Amino acid sequence: MRRFAQLMELLALTPSRNRKLEALTQYFAETPDPDRGFALAILTGALTFKNVKPAILRDVVLAEVDPHLFGLSYDYVGDLGETIALIWPHHGGTEPLPSLADLVELFNMTSKSELPRLIGSLLTRASINERWALVKFATGALRIGVNARLAKTALAAMSGKDLQEIEEVWNGLSVPYTDLFDWLSGKAERPDIDHTARFHPLMLSNPIDEGKDLEKLDPADFVAEWKWDGIRVQLIASKGRVSLFSRTGDDIAAAFPDVTESVFGDAVLDGELLVGAGFEPLPFNDLQQRLNRKVATAKHLADYPGFIRVYDMLFDGNEDIRALPWSERRQHLERWFEKNPQTRLDLSPVLSYRDWEDLSEIRRRGAAEQGHEGVMVKLRSAPYLPGRPKGFWYKWKRDPNVVDAILMYAQRGHGKRSSFYSDYTFGVWKGNEIVPIGKAYFGFTDEELKQLDKWVRNNTVASFGPVREVSKELVFEVAFDSAQQSGRHKSGIALRFPRISRIRWDKPASEAATLDEMQAFLTAS
Amino acid sequence: MSVTLRMPAPFLDRDLYVRPIDAYIDPPVPRALAIITHGHADHARSGHGAVLATPDTIAIMKARYGEDSAGQFQPLEFDTPLQVDDVTITLKPAGHILGSAQVLLEHRGQRIVVTGDYKRLPDRTAQPFELTECDLLVTEATFGLPVFQHPDPLDEIGRLLRSAAAFPDRAHVIGCYALGKAQRVIALLRDAGYDAPIYLHGAMIRLCELYIARGIPLGVLKPTLGTSKTELAGQIVIAPPSAIKDRWSRRLPDPVLAVASGWMSVKQRARQSGVELPLVISDHADWNELRQTIAETKAGKVWVTHGREDALVYHCRQQGLEAEPLNIQAFEEGEEGEPDAQGELEE
Repeated sequence: MRRFAQLMELLALTPSRNRKLEALTQYFAETPDPDRGFALAILTGALTFKNVKPAILRDVVLAEVDPHLFGLSYDYVGDLGETIALIWPHHGGTEPLPSLADLVELFNMTSKSELPRLIGSLLTRASINERWALVKFATGALRIGVNARLAKTALAAMSGKDLQEIEEVWNGLSVPYTDLFDWLSGKAERPDIDHTARFHPLMLSNPIDEGKDLEKLDPADFVAEWKWDGIRVQLIASKGRVSLFSRTGDDIAAAFPDVTESVFGDAVLDGELLVGAGFEPLPFNDLQQRLNRKVATAKHLADYPGFIRVYDMLFDGNEDIRALPWSERRQHLERWFEKNPQTRLDLSPVLSYRDWEDLSEIRRRGAAEQGHEGVMVKLRSAPYLPGRPKGFWYKWKRDPNVVDAILMYAQRGHGKRSSFYSDYTFGVWKGNEIVPIGKAYFGFTDEELKQLDKWVRNNTVASFGPVREVSKELVFEVAFDSAQQSGRHKSGIALRFPRISRIRWDKPASEAATLDEMQAFLTAS
Repeated sequence: MSVTLRMPAPFLDRDLYVRPIDAYIDPPVPRALAIITHGHADHARSGHGAVLATPDTIAIMKARYGEDSAGQFQPLEFDTPLQVDDVTITLKPAGHILGSAQVLLEHRGQRIVVTGDYKRLPDRTAQPFELTECDLLVTEATFGLPVFQHPDPLDEIGRLLRSAAAFPDRAHVIGCYALGKAQRVIALLRDAGYDAPIYLHGAMIRLCELYIARGIPLGVLKPTLGTSKTELAGQIVIAPPSAIKDRWSRRLPDPVLAVASGWMSVKQRARQSGVELPLVISDHADWNELRQTIAETKAGKVWVTHGREDALVYHCRQQGLEAEPLNIQAFEEGEEGEPDAQGELEE
């Protein structure tokens, strides 16, 4: 437990993704089974304890600490788990804490009535860091900036195995993943997993380089579809069981029962999860209402019904068709839809075009009139390959919208950039006033970052904690994918994927955009 | 419910004005006569007519504010009663920083102790805290919440040394207040057996020299100025918290940001302020020491100031003591000011 607590602390406090990865890799390599498997489950959110709830922990603490003092402390610390870890008044167990595996067993086997006593004795035996880690994992609220993807990447780094191979077997395994670690450490064959339960890594696309790629590619070899603005999912339907995975292999079926409960037939499908009634997609913002939730409420199900726009097929029934060319997979897919009429799945239509210029025009009009993000261009003869193979699938995004906005506030970055003002809020004119329309990190060369940082320091008019307000003089060209109405922002507008494309040292603030001009971007999206 | 002894109205006002002798303790504005507990800026200010303090505190004030920063400096050694009219003033060690004192005031049989800032853990850079019984205790409450239970500082130094060994290519830069904390951390490192040179930000140098001159050895110290990035790899650097997040830190090789402060026990806070290695090293009493001290002084009446008054006042009342918060105006320059505020102090 001591080693796991050290890992947790390092993960929580290290801003660098690479250092987190190093720490995880080292931990998995050094820690024996089954502890490392339990650690993996804790870090990826795969382990929860039915009876150990924050309320129980709170009760255990309130039996030892004055409730009024606890309240004042909680107000100050702001995090229940951390308050409990810090305030626990008894220390000095000489016995070390049990191993992770034993702890998991204890939490699972102890009856509800015995739990408070167990928790109390563990808190007393723990060192301060262990106490913090213990409370975090007992309640499942880690918040240490680690996701399943990072943990799997560490496993790949530890074993030299391919990340995709790990993702393939991942969802068929169970805690504490002993068969996974046996395979990773070369002690056993790769675990054999029933395809109906497992996630198959997705085929991903590369951005098209208009200048280079198009002249080399024959439009007749390719097929195009709209690029849908939802989230990529893999749907697995087999023998009445339906699973739904995000692109990183996280199981999100529980959040979309409306979709999973209305699938007919067996298949593994690749498509875009969207919300909207009658297969009319609503903006991404609306989809977001349903993402990152463990379960859907009745209101969400009614207001934002989910559906999947399907564009590929990996298994037809039990038949693995990934090695077939796209054109044949598409035939399988269309026949499957004919055989199995669906209410929450539909087919992503194939766009017809004569040549690249024609497709470019379709792309432009689709963006302007219907708010499409762009088009996908796929090689007809391509098999379904995991990862991001070159030369098969391309995404051709619409040209970004750009607006000239005025720098209003700057904030320091994180990690390497913590000494630089590298996080910017910018705005546009509303009459004689400037209203913020968005925030973006800096995306340029170190030299430009230094210049900007200097400019911010020399032009500060006020400081609020870590934020500096600057004089309203510097213009940024801000690129963004789309603009949406938003009640949360003073300007009434929220930008999607804003990024600073150029610093306009030359441009006076008076020539920056106005809010009225921004209205034009609120198109069909 | 214990019996509260009825005590005559104190001869000290709530703004720490000692009425019978027309003197103030740690006044925030210039006064004719000021008794100064210690050299931190939220306690010691320049411009008083006369200052009564320990010789160390006077040396610190002169070094920071200049020889003429008070009309007159009157040194008073620890444990040496000074009679002024019918008030006896005695300075008792507070253990907070070099020269830090509690003020014991005696007048017509009434004993009042103003702790100033204090701690009870051993620290060879400060004269050790002396418990002083009294009727009215005016106590600090910087860490006056039960979540503050300071760990053994040597364990924290151990974490620092382990991290330094694990990342030999990076510099470890420790954010410390220049007076007191910096010297304490250096002394702890030396006591833990670390004998390599320790590098100092320019703002640290003068006060470290003062400590050394006043008999606190700190080992080999070098300025970072003029030391190359390569030389600083694997080294420990001491700097003010404001500098570690500012341009100054760009001269260090891939620095690990550490901050030594009692506030660092709250990981969520450390994380928000970008601190990678929080070191819970405090020069203030923690919750347990505060309570222990209040009980041991046997004071029947407690005034709580400088910090989280609510919880400590509540605790005292639960114990049957008379307790009041003083709500003296707080200044952001204090030692161990909130990390967020500190982070914004510029070079």
